[in-house]
Amino acid sequence: MKIAVASGKGGTGKTLVAVNLASVVAFERPTALVDCDVEAPNDHLFMKPTLGVPKPVCKRVPVIDEERCTLCGACSEACEFGAIAVIRNRVMVFDELCHGCGRCGLVCPSDAIREIDHPLGVIERGMAGDIAFGHGRLHIGEAMASPIIAELKRTTPERDWVILDAPPGTACSVITTLHGVDGVLLVTEPTPFGLHDLRAAVGVVRTLELRAGVVINREGTGDEDVERYCQDEGLPILLRIPFDRRIAEVGAEARVLVDALPEWRDHFAKLARDAEDLIA
Amino acid sequence: MKRIVFLSGKGGTGKTTLASVFARCVEDVTVVDADVDAANLHLVFRPEIEETGIYRGSSVAVRDDEACTGCGRCREVCRFDAIDADLEIDPLACEGCGACVTACPVDALRLVERPSGEWYVGRAARHPMVGAELYPGEEVSGKLVSVIREKADQIAKDEGSKRIAIDGSPGIGCPVIASTTGTQVAVLVTEPSRSGLHDLERILGVVRHFGVPAYLILNKADLSESLAEEIEAYAGREGLPLLGRIPYDERVLASLRVGRSPSDDPESPAGRAMAEAIAALMEEIG
Repeated sequence: MKIAVASGKGGTGKTLVAVNLASVVAFERPTALVDCDVEAPNDHLFMKPTLGVPKPVCKRVPVIDEERCTLCGACSEACEFGAIAVIRNRVMVFDELCHGCGRCGLVCPSDAIREIDHPLGVIERGMAGDIAFGHGRLHIGEAMASPIIAELKRTTPERDWVILDAPPGTACSVITTLHGVDGVLLVTEPTPFGLHDLRAAVGVVRTLELRAGVVINREGTGDEDVERYCQDEGLPILLRIPFDRRIAEVGAEARVLVDALPEWRDHFAKLARDAEDLIA
Repeated sequence: MKRIVFLSGKGGTGKTTLASVFARCVEDVTVVDADVDAANLHLVFRPEIEETGIYRGSSVAVRDDEACTGCGRCREVCRFDAIDADLEIDPLACEGCGACVTACPVDALRLVERPSGEWYVGRAARHPMVGAELYPGEEVSGKLVSVIREKADQIAKDEGSKRIAIDGSPGIGCPVIASTTGTQVAVLVTEPSRSGLHDLERILGVVRHFGVPAYLILNKADLSESLAEEIEAYAGREGLPLLGRIPYDERVLASLRVGRSPSDDPESPAGRAMAEAIAALMEEIG
């Protein structure tokens, strides 16, 4: 089964939940952990996998054959992203705006457009103990994360459990991560920001018609609004992690909680069972 | 006019909190909440909304089933797996590029604009404020950021604001780039953790890529002494000036909960340290 760990707000503890869930599940079942936050990937800091050779992920961008080009402007007119412009006697391509859709090549009447690879980032795979590990890295200055996430998911090996650590937010990269999963764990914190962004994340989950459970992190601030919201929405709360300086310190040093504080093993094992029940 | 953007790479380090302190402590500011897919700054400032609008920045392919002959050319050219074997179009996967429209031999497809988010212009107690919320799953977060930044530029010009403060989103991709280009100062907010350091390295790469001078604020600095030292050493090596170390302080949350900037709480050590860090920034940038 494929389960994603997501949140609207950043820094709520997605990585904490993903790496600990993977560590506990992997005792009993073949497991894969995929860090889909290709803008700010952190799972590898905790799992310390041995990684293979980075594999580039590219988009196809147009190159104009100036011999053939008649400057008719059809490519520029057809581009929905403003990535091609005819300026005086030449055609300019703005690679960073190009979505790599290939429409310009389809409309060109003079066969003057060919395409080359423009690297967006890389994906890396390896093993962290028994866990099949994968993550991606968007190159600095590049905007498009989704193609890297899609490629990362496409090349993930089959395992009983596949855990996907999603990027924060509710935009396209989150949708790409959640596409085709069996269920979602939404990680939040009991703060006004946490609640506001949880609502947005629930909006995404409902749009995609996915089953979801909630993990409340840094509990114990006396804020009941998140609990109430979950009750009203019929969202089961599967795990509560209190605010505890020891947990914060373990996380700061990128140590896996269930290894550092073994009393947490049972809690994450229960989370795994509950998540399985939720999806079944 | 100076544009100051608050960024972090990693989420949840305190961008919004520091941006709120900046807006409280500095005069003549127009504020932009550019974290359009998890906007929170309005929860602190509770602005009175003066104007709103729907942003239609993306398109989706729509088929005329009467005209369609089922030839499948659309599916062949789609690079986003948005058209399945039954030629159904998945609007969430559709990039709105129109390659299918071009490829269709019988003109059965067209692009339809779709609403992708809502923006607002408002006024908080001390400053004008602009923000937006992206609809779930939309991919034009960068374009929406550009739209609200243009509005903020106009307001700042009309009102003679000397500064625009931009609260950015986590990550390093599309909306972050749209928040960073054309700014004069980047304030990077991090926390003492391995993840915080790793993501700081990435966001510093981005702001330097765009030639924006950067400053660092270390938030929740006492949560790990050893990582705090490591991050300070990193900042030293990189020539990244440290504006302040903010202690972890539960009163920050208490302030945010009642819609107050932590710097307005005289009892809060973190609130004071944040105000001092912003004062240090103003010394530097004027």
